[in-house]
Amino acid sequence: MVLDLPGGKVVLTPEMRFISESPEERAQCYRVLDNDGQLIMCSNFKKVGEEIAVKMYTDMVTLQTMDAVFYEAQRQGRISFYATTIGEEAINIASAAALTTDDLVFPQYREPGVLLWRGFTLQEFANQCFGNKADYGKGRQMPIHYGSNKLNYFTVSATIATQLPHAVGAAYSLKMDRRNACVITYFGDGGSSEGDFHAALNFAAVMEVPAIFFCRNNGWAISTPTSDQFRSDGVVVRGRGYGVRSIRVDGNDALAIYSAVHAAREMAISEHRPILIEAITYRVGHHSTSDDSTKYRPVDEIEWWRSARDPVARFRKWIESNGWWCSEAESELRNNVREQLLHAIQVAEKIEKPPLAELFMDVYDVPPSNLCEQEKLLGETVRRNPQYYPPDVSL
Amino acid sequence: MATTSLRTIGRSVCRVSRRGFSTSCDDKLVQPSSKSTNLYSAINQALHIALETDPRAYVFGEDVGFGGVFRCTTGLADRFGKSRVFNTPLCEQGIIGFGIGLAAMGNRAVAEIQFADYIYPAFDQIVNEAAKFRYRSGNQFNCGGLTIRAPYGAVGHGGHYHSQSPEAFFCHVPGIKVVIPRSPQQAKGLLLSCIRDPNPVVFFEPKWLYRLAVEEVPEYDYMLPLSEAEVIREGSDITLVGWGAQLSVMEQACLDAEKEGISCELIDLKTLIPWDKETIESSVRKTGRLLISHEAPVTGGFGAEISASIVERCFLRLEAPVARVCGLDTPFPLVFEPFYMPTKNKILDAIKSTINY
Repeated sequence: MVLDLPGGKVVLTPEMRFISESPEERAQCYRVLDNDGQLIMCSNFKKVGEEIAVKMYTDMVTLQTMDAVFYEAQRQGRISFYATTIGEEAINIASAAALTTDDLVFPQYREPGVLLWRGFTLQEFANQCFGNKADYGKGRQMPIHYGSNKLNYFTVSATIATQLPHAVGAAYSLKMDRRNACVITYFGDGGSSEGDFHAALNFAAVMEVPAIFFCRNNGWAISTPTSDQFRSDGVVVRGRGYGVRSIRVDGNDALAIYSAVHAAREMAISEHRPILIEAITYRVGHHSTSDDSTKYRPVDEIEWWRSARDPVARFRKWIESNGWWCSEAESELRNNVREQLLHAIQVAEKIEKPPLAELFMDVYDVPPSNLCEQEKLLGETVRRNPQYYPPDVSL
Repeated sequence: MATTSLRTIGRSVCRVSRRGFSTSCDDKLVQPSSKSTNLYSAINQALHIALETDPRAYVFGEDVGFGGVFRCTTGLADRFGKSRVFNTPLCEQGIIGFGIGLAAMGNRAVAEIQFADYIYPAFDQIVNEAAKFRYRSGNQFNCGGLTIRAPYGAVGHGGHYHSQSPEAFFCHVPGIKVVIPRSPQQAKGLLLSCIRDPNPVVFFEPKWLYRLAVEEVPEYDYMLPLSEAEVIREGSDITLVGWGAQLSVMEQACLDAEKEGISCELIDLKTLIPWDKETIESSVRKTGRLLISHEAPVTGGFGAEISASIVERCFLRLEAPVARVCGLDTPFPLVFEPFYMPTKNKILDAIKSTINY
């Protein structure tokens, strides 16, 4: 017997049956390359040609090297803060590679590789980390809070998951403007617990927007393991709760990520629907330079993921087996990138900070009278006692 | 409630209001296309015009599709279509977050929060995201096209969750504007300015006045300037500052005070941040006395900011302490509402004790 209710028809049953809290089987995880970087038999994936594959690999290496060099720079006291993306290079680069620059990116903060893929230079990264005059953010935010309107990458904010509803609004705009583009927004396993995650997925489904929700489930939210984060089968199963199509992928498999994002983009744009992708991976680095993750997880676990499950090495094996890469190219690349990074840091360090006027600009489109007054008073204060103020910010 | 006297307040046909004193409205002047309009209709007109004049303007929120619980969005969905005027799920953080994303793409996103009492789930999005969107990006991005509308204030029987005046929370947030109209004619012009202003704005509408306030409102497209206070009644003995529905209460107190020989100058602040210190200061230099009145609880209310700023600027000119006649420091009560509210008699008492200080 069927009952006609607001919201549709529902089949009635005399059996009182509760839906189980967990599925009989966990959602399967899509992968294309095995742990040794070899194609799995009968794998169904979007083919990647040599040019794209080599760019993907070199960008992953660049990201890995950038992380090492900038992390060191923070340890040396040259920048105040840094957060690495170690272990998530495939997520960053392969997802970006499957999109076009017309697709809008709403990052959390562990996706600089997407910017790198799109053409953000090492110098531009360094400038933001040093907060110098050339930083597009004008020195207002901590390091790693990158943004680029040119590359359609919305500025990072440290608040967790707040970007998810923004992505939905922006996707709605793309749909209304009939653009051949989607938005992608990234967040972690921790971010999926925020109210904004729930708000965004629900809105995205109801508004029928072309948005890809990419969850980097790397096992940790600072020191909180996923067992303290949720009791569902990860994040992928939540998609169904909102009427959102979803898939779980191996987050250390660049080809799987590439295929899934490519397919998601097509569905999102042609069907005006959101897609949820959960990439299972491991956060090899500490949460940030303010964290020592050996305090809450075993060192050998970290090291195992760092080496045995390195997504970069795994992809390298695949491109090498295609004859597209070799060890000479490898050492040349790593040396070059390292040199470029050291140079970029030296340059960034010498560039002066933005002038004091930038403290007061952009709060509004035009500074209101209270800010003009405060600027004037501050100028007088600083001129009276310059010794209390950093000398690298000009008046 | 004073409805007819609201008609004489303000200058109806002003594209740009002059700073300082308003002339008493010449209501013998025939307004060619003005009509007797209440507050929700004036707001409705503003929304119609906003959507008409910008094809990338959107109106959304809970229940806006059928016209809204206060009828402010009547006719919009029929006229402009459901893809531009639509209901959202019941989730304020989602409504505002969505609005920020829409505005970040250059659209005019007019988001409705059903009651100001329910704005708090969106507080993070407003404070941490909307207010900082332009600044943190180095002006690469902005969500200036966002306008948030919410009915606020006492309604006679609203209790804790249908009567709140939360403006003070937002006045502490650099990067947004807070605007509160006192009447239908003001609301239409101010709302259009808010929608077209390149900064995110929170627009609180005095729900008490939705039906009650009726005045001549021009039918055409006009805007009133933000961050400009208006002297709506000239006087010489004491300056009174307020906003929204409270102004008509204050006006009644001014009329009663006049009978006792006290000349009151009444100022509508209109924009709470960034606020027009110059107009208030200029008035207090003339009168030497200041009284601020708002429904929101007195402690930490926006009256405190006005008081501190004016004392800084006018200390030696002041003849008496700055008076604040405000709501009590309690949740907004139901049966005790008449005791809680900053009513005419409380204001009149405060006027007299300030004069007699």
